[in-house]
Amino acid sequence: MKEKVIIFERVVKSYPSYTHITGGIKNFLIHFNKSIKNFRKRHVVLKEISFEISQGECVGFIGRNGVGKSTLLGLIAGVLKPDSGRIFVKGKVSPLLELGAGFHPDLTGRENIILNGILLGMTKEEVFSKIDSIIEFSGIKDFIDQPIRTYSSGMVARLAFSVIAHLDPEILLIDEILAVGDIEFQKKSYNKILEFKQKGITMVLVSHDLENIKKLCDRAIWLEDGKIKKDGNPDEVVEEYRKSITKE
Amino acid sequence: MRDRTIRYYLDLISVLVAKELKVRYKNSYLGYFWSLLNPLAMALIFYFAFKVIMKVPIENYSFFLITGLFPWQWFSNSVGSSPGYLIGNASLIKKVNFPVYFIPLTNVLNDAVHFLLTIPVIIIFGLLFSKIPSLVWLLGIPLWFFAQFLLTYGSALLISSINLFFRDLERLVMVFLLILFYITPVFYDITLVPEKYRKFLYLNPVSGIIMGWRDLFMKGVFDFGLYFLYLSYSLILFVFCFYVFKRLSYKFAEVL
Repeated sequence: MKEKVIIFERVVKSYPSYTHITGGIKNFLIHFNKSIKNFRKRHVVLKEISFEISQGECVGFIGRNGVGKSTLLGLIAGVLKPDSGRIFVKGKVSPLLELGAGFHPDLTGRENIILNGILLGMTKEEVFSKIDSIIEFSGIKDFIDQPIRTYSSGMVARLAFSVIAHLDPEILLIDEILAVGDIEFQKKSYNKILEFKQKGITMVLVSHDLENIKKLCDRAIWLEDGKIKKDGNPDEVVEEYRKSITKE
Repeated sequence: MRDRTIRYYLDLISVLVAKELKVRYKNSYLGYFWSLLNPLAMALIFYFAFKVIMKVPIENYSFFLITGLFPWQWFSNSVGSSPGYLIGNASLIKKVNFPVYFIPLTNVLNDAVHFLLTIPVIIIFGLLFSKIPSLVWLLGIPLWFFAQFLLTYGSALLISSINLFFRDLERLVMVFLLILFYITPVFYDITLVPEKYRKFLYLNPVSGIIMGWRDLFMKGVFDFGLYFLYLSYSLILFVFCFYVFKRLSYKFAEVL
C-alpha cells in the first residue's frame, strides 16, 4: 500500500456573495439590508468531499464548469481554506500557472524564467543551475533576451511550461493547460508529464479534454453538485460522464 | 531545511524588488530621473508660491522643501499605489501558496530604494547652502529609514488588503493622502502652526518622521526622544496593520 499524500475529509468550501461589497460602499449602504443578508448567504461549492490520493498517482477531475474543480486545486495548493473538514497534504506542491501568470511583459524571457522559477519555489542558485536547460527545452533561442510582450502566446506558454518542467515538485497541480504551443511542443510537454509520472510524482489534473484524462490518469473523479459522483477507472468514469452530458 | 527557507525568502524578496526596479522605468528615456523630477517640480512650485509670493519666514527654503518632500514622496508613492498591489498579482495569489505580505513589502522596498537614491541630491543641495553632511547621518539615516519603513509598510499592508473587500478605498486613499500632506510639516515648519493646533499635528505619525529627517539633513541633529516616540508609534501601527493583513489573507484567493 502506497503512502497517502493528499487526504480530504468531509471538506466543505463555500464562497461569500461579494457582489454588493465589491460594488463599493455606496451600493453597500443603499442596499444595506440586502447586503447584510448577503453576508450570511454563502454559495456552497464543495459539500463534504472526501477522497485520498496516494503517492505517485495521477488523478483527473472532471465535471461541468463551476463545479469546483479549480477550487479543489486551490485547496490542495493551500491558497484557499476550507469552511470545515480536514485537508492533509504532504510534500511540496507546485501549481502549473495559467498561461504566463506571474510573467511580466516588459521583462525578457530570461528575466521571466528567473522570476517565475523563484515564485514557484526555487532558490536563485537552483534557477541559475537550470536556466540553460530551461531555455533549451522551451526552444526559444534568439528571442530569449527580448521582452516577452513581443512573444506569441504559444511562445509564452512554452516558456511557462519549460519552467515547470524543471521544478521537481512532489505534487503537481495542472489546471487546463496541456494544449499549449504547436503540435511539436504539445508532444514534448506530454512526454514531460509522462516522465513526471514515471518518476513517481503525484499529479492532480483538471481538464475538459477527456481524451487526455483517459490517456494520462490512473484514476478519474467526476464532480457534480459539489459531491463526488463517481470515482474510479478513467475510461469508465469518462464514458459515464459523456453519456450524462449527451443525454441532456 | 530552515536554512533553505530563509535563503529562499531572501531570494524571493531580492528578485521581486529587482523586478519592480527594472519594470518601473523600462520604457522611459529618463529612467531614474523621473523619481527626482516629480519632487523637484513640487519643490519649485512650493518655492514660488510660498517664498516668492507669500514670503514665508523660513531660511534656505528650497533646501528646507526637498528635505521634506523626498521622504514624503516615498511614503506617498507607496501608500498611493498600495490599493493595486494585490489586485495586480491576482493570478499569483490564487495559485501559489507563498507569503503574500511579500508583495507589498517588495513594492515598499522599491520606493525605499528610490528614496535612498535621492539622498545624493539632498547632499548637493546642502552643499549649495554650505551645509556639510555630518557624521550623525551614519546613525540617523538608517534609524529614520527603519521608522519610516515600518510606517509605510504597515499602511501599505492595511490598504492593499482592505481594498480587496472595499474597492472604493482606492479613491479614498487619494483624498486621504492629499489631506495628510497638508497636515504634515512638509512645506512649512511646525513652529509656524498656532499653538492650539500643534498637538494635532504631532498626532500624525508622518509628522515626526518628516521633522526627524529635516533636523538630520539640515542641522545634523538626531533627537533620540523624538525618534523613540515615533518609532514606537510606527511599530504599534505596523503590528496592528500586519495583524489585520494576516487575518484577511485567508480570504484573498476568494475575492480576487
